[in-house]
Amino acid sequence: MIDWVHPSAFLILGALFIPFFKGRVQQIYIVILPALALLTVMLMSPGVYGVVKFLGFELIFGRVDKLSLAFAFVFSSAALIGATYALHVKDNSQHIAAFVYAGSSLGATFAGDLLTFFTFWELMAFASVWLIWSRRVKASIEAGYRYLLVHAVGGLVLLAGILIFYATTGSIRFEGMQQVNGAAFYLILIGFMLNAAVPPLHAWLTDAYPEATVTGAVFLSAFTTKTAVYALTRAYPGTELLIWMGTIMALYGVVFAMLSNDIRRLLGYHIISQVGFMVAAVGMGSALAINGAVAHAFAHILYKGLLFMGAGAVLQMTGQSKLSDLGGLYRYMPVTFVLYMIGALSISAFPLFSGFVSKSMEISAAAEMHLPQIWLLLTMASVGTFLCLGLKIPYYTFFGKDCGARPTEPPRNMLVAMGMAAFLCVFIGVYPAWLYDKLPNVVEYHSYTPTHIIWALQILLFTAMGFFMLRKKLGGLRKITLDIDWFYRKGAGVFMQFVYRVVAPIENWFIQVYRHVFRGNLVLGAKGLWLDKNVIDGAVNAIAAGVVRGAGAMRQMQTGQLQQYALVMVGSLLILSLYSLF
Amino acid sequence: MNIGKILEKLVNNAKTLQRIGFAVLALIVVIDFFLPRHHSEFFWDEIPGFSAAYGLVSFTLIVVVSKTLGHYWLGRSEDYYND
Repeated sequence: MIDWVHPSAFLILGALFIPFFKGRVQQIYIVILPALALLTVMLMSPGVYGVVKFLGFELIFGRVDKLSLAFAFVFSSAALIGATYALHVKDNSQHIAAFVYAGSSLGATFAGDLLTFFTFWELMAFASVWLIWSRRVKASIEAGYRYLLVHAVGGLVLLAGILIFYATTGSIRFEGMQQVNGAAFYLILIGFMLNAAVPPLHAWLTDAYPEATVTGAVFLSAFTTKTAVYALTRAYPGTELLIWMGTIMALYGVVFAMLSNDIRRLLGYHIISQVGFMVAAVGMGSALAINGAVAHAFAHILYKGLLFMGAGAVLQMTGQSKLSDLGGLYRYMPVTFVLYMIGALSISAFPLFSGFVSKSMEISAAAEMHLPQIWLLLTMASVGTFLCLGLKIPYYTFFGKDCGARPTEPPRNMLVAMGMAAFLCVFIGVYPAWLYDKLPNVVEYHSYTPTHIIWALQILLFTAMGFFMLRKKLGGLRKITLDIDWFYRKGAGVFMQFVYRVVAPIENWFIQVYRHVFRGNLVLGAKGLWLDKNVIDGAVNAIAAGVVRGAGAMRQMQTGQLQQYALVMVGSLLILSLYSLF
Repeated sequence: MNIGKILEKLVNNAKTLQRIGFAVLALIVVIDFFLPRHHSEFFWDEIPGFSAAYGLVSFTLIVVVSKTLGHYWLGRSEDYYND
């Protein structure tokens, strides 16, 4: 009897059979796969399953506890909603990529050891890049390569951290890292932070997500950053550094979102901002804060998906995604507008919507730990969230000046998917106990107190007042904003110019001098020979002797254990395969 | 009545909406004066209307900082990366 089924099996293996079906049957199959994954997660009970011995390692595919279950639940829901949204797409490779991506994120969530975790983590990067490339325009292809390049580097940093972790502790268990010191601690942390898009390691997100396909961006918004939040929650709770990193991140996203003209780029910056709240809460590490991070990730996946679906619907039906080119769509896409607004009010933490019951836990945790600056700055970031997503996007897209476009509502499956997400946003907001029940820690928390409701309404409605006073000045500008990606998009070019114009001439000059001074002078040449024989050769010989001695020492260090060699081999293979991509 | 019609009606009555909006703003500040405060963590928790003021200050800061950054430093033409 099988006591445990890995939900990724439905998504990753099931996805491979998508091309064998056609038409309506294929559509049903595409919905059934994530539904089965969700069902398995719902029926799962805590425990450790799927332990496999491999080359002397104990691989754990199914560490099921409240933390992994909460994330797995929302990941599989997001896969179901995303699949529904993408039902009209006739591109098998995109469906497969989306499911492999979602399945790997579930795989990473349930992984109990770092090797399994790493494998799924990397699979996510490789599967997700197809959702960017599938748009099949030049900008997407290029952005996809940059995305992959950054994630390959991040993966290598993480792998290096895991190898050092294994070398120093002899374990590959994926647990809290508090006991680990030095390089392994920081390398793994950097690997996680890159996927969580913590500045300055964030630019891959806002560079690539706006270039993804309409349906691909919905999947992208859900998995990569939130799997990283899961990993941070698992391994780095209470790491103080993260409190400030997360708070800066929350404001960074808000400021850059204000400067974005492309709706999906703006939404991307707000992923960074929202994940900042979660990272800060993980850094606080108290029971309430951890609950807040998980609840916020849960709610965020649903409303951010909804917002990306709304933006995608506008892009698909009008062909435009820039605020400066949009306006007046409320007459033609009223249902899309209302569903989008449910997402916007949720992310802005309006009472009765999901953000209110999740984000407020994190802010309360900051108060409980008496962190006044963090409290004030996170509250300020919330203002920016409502300003951009609840006021700016809807006003300039659906109202404002008429842009002349006459779109219709998107296909029904897209509206249904948005409806599913919208329902959950309101449901969680009205009945938070359902969500609180899934959180890892047992904490008594009430979000609906009179002071809290009035506090939230004041913050939000006075922001709205400010916006309507300045609404003529806050529209999208036909501009782009420089961000960290400048360094690898333009900076590399500047560096090459420096090499051509400055370094190469200097080197050339040295060659000229060498020719005239050394080659032209035989006496010097004889001396040069002596120099070569006695000094340079001597040095070479000495180094060789050193190497022989060093190798002897190295031999002492080697353990002769097969599993260690195997780990190095697997690692090298991974590095090689990554390297071969470029 | 369908959603489109409702929205149309709201847009056509923007003036009334504005008045309602201001009334709501006033109301939530007034209510704040009468709310019992059981548990205050920071000194500003005791000040009625603090979060209204803080909301406006945050709004102004975010707009000013981002517009300044964009205007003087980070803004570029749309085909900056395509040359």
